[in-house]
Amino acid sequence: MAKIHVTTEINGDPVEFLCEPEQTLLDVLRDELNLTGSKEGCASGDCGACSVMADDRLVCACLVLGAEAEGKSVETIEGMADGEDLHPLQQKFLEHAALQCGVCTPGFLIAAKALLEKNPDPSETEVRYWLAGNLCRCTGYDKIIRAVLDTASDMRGS
Amino acid sequence: MATALKFEKPNGEMKWIGTRPVRPDGVDKVTGRAKFGADMSLPGMIFGKVLRSPHAHARIKSIDTSKAEALPGVKAVVTRNDFQDMPSEITPAGEMLINYRDVMRNVMARDKALYEGHAVAAVAATSNSIAQKALALIEVDYEVLPHVIDVMDAIKPDAPVLHEDMFTEGVEPTPTKASNASKRVEFAIGDIEKGFTEADVIVERVFDTKPVHQAYIEPHACLASMSEDGQAELFVCTQGHFIVRTHCARLLGMDVASLKVTASEIGGGFGGKTVVYLEPVALMLSKKSRKPVKMQMTREEVFKASGPTSGAHMRIKIGASKDGRITAGEAELYYQAGAFQGGPIGPGAMCAYAPYDLENVKVIGFDIVTNRPKVAAYRAPGAPISEYAVESVVDEVAKKLGIDPIDFRLKNAAKEGTRTAYGPKLGAVGLIETLEAAKAHDHYKAPLKVNHDHGMVGRGTASGFWFNIGGETSTTINVNEDGTVTLIQGTPDIGGSRASNALMAAEAFGIDYDKIKPMVGDTSALGYTFLTGGSRATLANGVTTREAANSAIAEMCRRAAKIWEIPEDAVKWENGAAVPAGDNAGKFEPMSMAEIAKIAGKTGGPIAGHAHINVQGAGPSFGTHIVDVEVDKETGKVDILRYTVIQDAGKAVHPAYVEGQYQGGAVQGIGWALNEEYIYGEDGKLQNPGFLDYRIPVASDVPMIDTVIVEKTNPKHPYGVRGVGETPIVPPMAAIANAIEQATGIRFTELPMSPPKVLKALDEDAGGTG
Repeated sequence: MAKIHVTTEINGDPVEFLCEPEQTLLDVLRDELNLTGSKEGCASGDCGACSVMADDRLVCACLVLGAEAEGKSVETIEGMADGEDLHPLQQKFLEHAALQCGVCTPGFLIAAKALLEKNPDPSETEVRYWLAGNLCRCTGYDKIIRAVLDTASDMRGS
Repeated sequence: MATALKFEKPNGEMKWIGTRPVRPDGVDKVTGRAKFGADMSLPGMIFGKVLRSPHAHARIKSIDTSKAEALPGVKAVVTRNDFQDMPSEITPAGEMLINYRDVMRNVMARDKALYEGHAVAAVAATSNSIAQKALALIEVDYEVLPHVIDVMDAIKPDAPVLHEDMFTEGVEPTPTKASNASKRVEFAIGDIEKGFTEADVIVERVFDTKPVHQAYIEPHACLASMSEDGQAELFVCTQGHFIVRTHCARLLGMDVASLKVTASEIGGGFGGKTVVYLEPVALMLSKKSRKPVKMQMTREEVFKASGPTSGAHMRIKIGASKDGRITAGEAELYYQAGAFQGGPIGPGAMCAYAPYDLENVKVIGFDIVTNRPKVAAYRAPGAPISEYAVESVVDEVAKKLGIDPIDFRLKNAAKEGTRTAYGPKLGAVGLIETLEAAKAHDHYKAPLKVNHDHGMVGRGTASGFWFNIGGETSTTINVNEDGTVTLIQGTPDIGGSRASNALMAAEAFGIDYDKIKPMVGDTSALGYTFLTGGSRATLANGVTTREAANSAIAEMCRRAAKIWEIPEDAVKWENGAAVPAGDNAGKFEPMSMAEIAKIAGKTGGPIAGHAHINVQGAGPSFGTHIVDVEVDKETGKVDILRYTVIQDAGKAVHPAYVEGQYQGGAVQGIGWALNEEYIYGEDGKLQNPGFLDYRIPVASDVPMIDTVIVEKTNPKHPYGVRGVGETPIVPPMAAIANAIEQATGIRFTELPMSPPKVLKALDEDAGGTG
């Protein structure tokens, strides 16, 4: 079948790509655009390692078709830092040792950023439930939750 | 500055070890830059996929690949005909024993498919979608055979036999009839019968556990490229790229030197990435297609064809006297190994009673094959299963005697000089210290509080043991021309070992942590290095890094002596600089590493240090966990209210990552205790091969995990380090079972203690007593 031509915006840049109809947004990001920061852990929307923003909505890129990116604005982990400056969440994840292997980290960061944009003062329970769609097998979540709460506190202060 | 490193104050007499700097690979991992197994590409790369058996047990009569080969875009197809069957021989491979015949037949099925998901053929094509279509064109003629899934069913006399040439080892005389029991092991000391006659209380229980998967978030993936002259490169997520090289070279008949393996960043392993699955297949597809081939498992393939650890059936019998001494401990363990022999029955049997100083112990274990994926190591392989059962009975015995369970453990705790049932005497160990810390901990004294009107609360404790290991390890240190250090380790960094290794190097040199750039070298950069596992990476790298640093330091002292024209032994190393000593003290200004390195070319050439050591002196690590649970009477759901991990680290090099190991291990254990299990249908097919139905703990399932790092120095390590990674998964299952027992009065002897099972037991209990 012929490939589909898609015009979209990724991390603020205009992007065009061709994709097969069955290719997911995650396939496109990773295989066509070489944006491998979004990870495939399950391809079924259960692990959150491919979390991205699509028009300000938190989605699993494995559950979105590449063709659906048409006309949308997509944000991935590669667009999270502002030039030389890490996003406060990225910095806090490092300081709190909130990652071990690091493969779930991009998804957690994108999801946590979406949370703090919606709710700048979440409780521990709210953070835990918001991030319940992101699986981490290494950390037991403790340091991740602390990093998010600490970032929220800092961002409110500044 | 985006990435400024922040430090806490140095700890004790050591300047760097014990601090918590940002890890050197951290920025790459929070920006998406880090390259994991599936993240690498090469020009001209094609994509490989595996065809897997839909049957639990079937003879493969024929495989016709002609239609798949004819599909445009397909560049190679491989089946059993492309791989050589290997002779059956047990070969030592690090801490494990490998039978390459089994490894080969697990990588690609030969006469029979032995489990649903067993690889039967593979294709490589110019796109994933073409490869997928090609799989559907491969015609396999199966003769479906009866299968066996349950471990105890597998040793019934009429059970379907997986391997017609398997005769139980370790039984006298060797059976003449083939069976699914591959071997019997026994570890015993003292006189078990005498021990039971001395007992005032005896408790005997039977336990069952289900296989659970390591469930690393990154599926297995690799990129293989073999050129026309047989030289090959492999980029792969693995816990040990040197063992991947060994296995692939052996299976494919290559010279070891012809294969360069690079360890990618690794997205979790927990023991599951210590074996080969896709790698030999990708190399063969690349050999046939003459193109780089990338392969990646789906999550379903990960569940069906890799890992998990054993499920088991166990009988435990413990006797104790009124004064609280265990007089006898007996165990009979049946571990399922999956489709090929070699489950973790050995360590399971050795660890069963390891936390105790006992006179009379007898542990018998059996390794049993079933039509399931071949088990792989999972964090303290074998130990969590047997120790769960023993620690459950220990709790029950303590209760019968009316002794606090921690006091009961203290009366029987293993300590320096304890003779283990598996042979050696223990050196300095910290179990007593963890028990005392548990008893003194606020958590152990805090009142239990019911949170909802149908809740029942309880508190449980359990201890755990893992040996820890050393092993073959190589390190290279290059002192660069500006005085910075490139530190090359051979163990893949699975959870921060570059950070801990750089801290140990900074300590050895007396220079700043941020002057050390640690990296994981590929197999051509270093001597053979055993894998990351056994809780050995920080321990072993500590030894080799210190040794390599010492040799570079000695060279720098020689260079300074040359410049100062004084004898070599009149120079010492202090705070990162060569300093004139003895009669020459104060005669010359100290020369820093940067100053020595800058003129190295004029004083004798580049400065480096190397160490290649079979590291000995691992120190076992003991831990004790405390958990509070609330059991919901209406749903059977168990909530973890509070959790504390107390464990001996020897010395915590980077305490934040030590805490992380404790927390992560505990939460994996919580999943094992409450939810995780392989569920099979009557048809022998796995019914929950995905994260939706194989539910690992999510953030909302668990509370913060408190940690206490006990530091009982390992006297055989330059920095006092033990291993820390494995022990934390050992105590949770028993601790939680013990807490549920306190909450409900019901002793659960089956894992997982999932809501339906708990609810059923509560209903039966209410029916029985009401």
